[in-house]
Amino acid sequence: MSSFLTRRLIQSLILLWIVSMIGFALLHLTPGGPLSQFANTPGMSDEDLTRLAEQMGLNRPLPVQYLEWFGRLLTGDWGRSYRDQSPVLYVIGSRLGATLQLMITATLIAVIVGGFVGVVGAVRRYSFFDQFVTIGAMVALSIPTFWFGLVVIYVFSVKLGWLPPGNISPVGNESFIVFVHHLIGPSMVLGLVTTAIWSRFMRSSMLDVINQDYVRTARAKGLSERIVLVRHVLRNALLPMITIAGLEVPTLLSGALVTETVFTWPGMGRLFLDSIGYRDYPVVMGLLTFTAILVIIGNLLADILYVVADPRIRLQ
Amino acid sequence: MTPQPTTASADGPPLLEVRDLTVEFRGQTGKVAAVNGVSFDVRPGETLALVGESGSGKSVTSLAIMRLIQRAGGNRVGGSIRLRRRSGDTVDLLAVSEDEIREIRGTEIAMVFQEPMTSLNPVHTIGAQVAEGIVFHRRVSRKAALAEAVELLDLVGIPEPQRRIRNFPHQLSGGMRQRAMIAVALACKPNLLIADEPTTALDVTIQAQILELLQGLQRQTGMSIVFITHNLGVVAEVADRVLVMYAGRIVEEAGVVPLFGRPLMPYTQGLLRSVPRLDMMSGAHEELEAIPGNVPDPTAMPAGCAFHPRCAHFRPSLCDTAVPGLEPADPEHSVRCARWRDVAAGVPA
Amino acid sequence: MTADTAIAPHGGQTLRRSTRYRTLRRFTRHRLAMFGLVVIVLLVMACAIGPSLVPFDQFQLNMRARFREPFATVHILGTDELGRDLLARLLMAGRISLTIGFAAMVIAVTVGTIVGTIAGFYGGAIGSALMRFVDAVLCFPTIFLLLTLAALVSPSILTITLIIALTAWMEVARVVQGQIRALRERDFAVAAEAMGAPDRWIMFKELLPNAVAPIVVAATLIIARGILLESYVSYLGYGIQPPVASWGNMLEKAQQYLTTAPWLALLPGLMITLAVASFNFLGDGLRDALDPRSDLT
Repeated sequence: MSSFLTRRLIQSLILLWIVSMIGFALLHLTPGGPLSQFANTPGMSDEDLTRLAEQMGLNRPLPVQYLEWFGRLLTGDWGRSYRDQSPVLYVIGSRLGATLQLMITATLIAVIVGGFVGVVGAVRRYSFFDQFVTIGAMVALSIPTFWFGLVVIYVFSVKLGWLPPGNISPVGNESFIVFVHHLIGPSMVLGLVTTAIWSRFMRSSMLDVINQDYVRTARAKGLSERIVLVRHVLRNALLPMITIAGLEVPTLLSGALVTETVFTWPGMGRLFLDSIGYRDYPVVMGLLTFTAILVIIGNLLADILYVVADPRIRLQ
Repeated sequence: MTPQPTTASADGPPLLEVRDLTVEFRGQTGKVAAVNGVSFDVRPGETLALVGESGSGKSVTSLAIMRLIQRAGGNRVGGSIRLRRRSGDTVDLLAVSEDEIREIRGTEIAMVFQEPMTSLNPVHTIGAQVAEGIVFHRRVSRKAALAEAVELLDLVGIPEPQRRIRNFPHQLSGGMRQRAMIAVALACKPNLLIADEPTTALDVTIQAQILELLQGLQRQTGMSIVFITHNLGVVAEVADRVLVMYAGRIVEEAGVVPLFGRPLMPYTQGLLRSVPRLDMMSGAHEELEAIPGNVPDPTAMPAGCAFHPRCAHFRPSLCDTAVPGLEPADPEHSVRCARWRDVAAGVPA
Repeated sequence: MTADTAIAPHGGQTLRRSTRYRTLRRFTRHRLAMFGLVVIVLLVMACAIGPSLVPFDQFQLNMRARFREPFATVHILGTDELGRDLLARLLMAGRISLTIGFAAMVIAVTVGTIVGTIAGFYGGAIGSALMRFVDAVLCFPTIFLLLTLAALVSPSILTITLIIALTAWMEVARVVQGQIRALRERDFAVAAEAMGAPDRWIMFKELLPNAVAPIVVAATLIIARGILLESYVSYLGYGIQPPVASWGNMLEKAQQYLTTAPWLALLPGLMITLAVASFNFLGDGLRDALDPRSDLT
């Protein structure tokens, strides 16, 4: 168990290192490079800029700069936003919660709806339901998220008036019910793709397990079909889904960006898009690196969870 | 040969009567009869061996008794399998309701499978898997069932059962897993245990231990065992009576002594010649012979006797026209061969 | 025995032909894949010749014919907020979106194949370094990476195509690397190496042709992805710039008229979904048809 986790931890650290190098390279590709954050400041002369460049060590060799930058990355000094000079990590942190709310709710929808659909599809393989849902999942994967958002707003807000058209909750009214009411639309939109993916993987994972010898053993014990299905098929079929859930983090983050834009949801995605609009490169690059770190953490968490859930690895 | 166990009685009514069992699978190439008109009895307390090469239909027969063959997708199970239940009623396992067959599985008929590696669920503890059936069928508490599981593990010879119930299958050796599998099967004290090649996946010393265990358990409980195997050495060890199957049909049926002493079907003779025997080591050197040719493709069965393409006694227009019937050579010895009298009389092939 | 040997090469030929035939039949029997193929052909034809059949130009403004509903006037699919004919714009936008999807696929497959082949062939330090780089790029959520890149370049069809390809080649690299690594150990590659064939020759003449099937499947799915990604960047304002129409940027403006002119949002979205779903269906069908294991089920 510990050897498995140690290996994964080392792999994650290597990934983090390469990710940081890509982030550093992209930062230096931005117009003006790291210095550009001062170029717009009024009253800044070329001399000042040169002095600043020296102060920031921008005339030193790139590897040295990278090491310093990486050191600051590790100590949490991610630079300051052009817009209001607040620390990048603080800006990101203030938006993280809203995005996580969306991502977690969407994942719950995917696990419940997609999981259920996948299980039924596998049990009633080739039935009308199965074929319908298989096609439906493929179509769902083909729908642009933002357009689905527009359709949801049009149907549920404009036509039916059931849901608010966006924004996390009106100022002054922050009750839980209002919050949940506002969460429904965006979570539904963000959850669509993940639900489709879950239903497909759940189905094939179930089919992998359903013909296993131990399922036959369970039936031979005379257990009811429901117990066989839940305790011996579903329990085992859920194991690979832990990995799938980990792999879904980048998809969810991408989807969150689009969903937050459509529903004006004040999360990291919105922040990212606004920052690009303002050419606020420290925040843009910070977010890019931050999301990649989230992805790495998500995969690592999935690995840990897998170890907990699978006695074959836990008790190696 | 093994002495006849005292519990076996040839007189009492049979525990299980299989009549004209036919199992057809529908594949891409059409219907395939895996079992074709098989009839036999299982008597109380006896060990009946079902012998044949892979593809002979012996495993399918056992799954049919458990009613574990998916009937969906055009598969067909015909005939009748009549079980004398503990209550004294006799029911046709192929006709009873889902609820009733579920009640019978585990409590009256249980099964041990070939692969101890894959037949236990890797994510549940041994204890949970043994106790599961007890909880389900007898509605006792999980705790009580686990206590019984400890006793069962002890019964099947697993050391430190208290500790082992908390182990997962992968923490046990192959032999221990098969013992655990037997404990799972015995959990609700069945009258009939079907053992489908229970020792094939194990190495030889472990094989002998498992066979001994099964025989010991049979003596204690008086249950009947249907033992499925392709290994005639194992048959000689454990069986009271033997059914030899070939291409979905029974081709010879006899007590273990007459079968080994005077096999009548050329196929059985071939099987026996391909088994290494103790007396071969001392002196009289006979070569081990494999039966030439292969088991027929179930989608293209030969006409007449399915064995005729591989048979040394083959006679054209006799063997390849009609399927011979299962004829009694003795009251306790039947054979399906058009030339069994010549074979018995030792007429050379 | 002699008769057998004599007909063996011939038998091999028929066998290969029948495998190919079975693959083709599995594909043509895949109803969704056929549906996808037909829709793709129709879409491509419509976008290629359609604009010259529609009596309106995509840029032609008409302030007296704004927000015309579909199927009500000579503008079959209605008009937008500037009175431009929606059908003409949809078809012209289709040219852009389909072209970008296809071109991005070509670049992504080329890059991915080269990286994957080198990584799979050499293995060791080079191979694992390349594959760790692939893993690292996959850590960045696609749209974040795409928008960052888009913010660094001036938007044009070429740059958008390039950055989409830059975010889509990794999967091909993984697939190809896996295939090449498996094939590398097989007899024919070992034999070629023993004969002293140069690495490049073994890679591209001996190994790569055997990895074509999964590449074709991945390529089809990348077109779908490319169309989708183009719509995302354009919708978010960093892709194809108006007045040039793409399905994505048509939706950008449509959002504010959602209550009054919902068809402006509905139609481009449907086109994207239809095109993307068709390529996905096609890719799925190709995967089933090219997978030799699917014969068993």
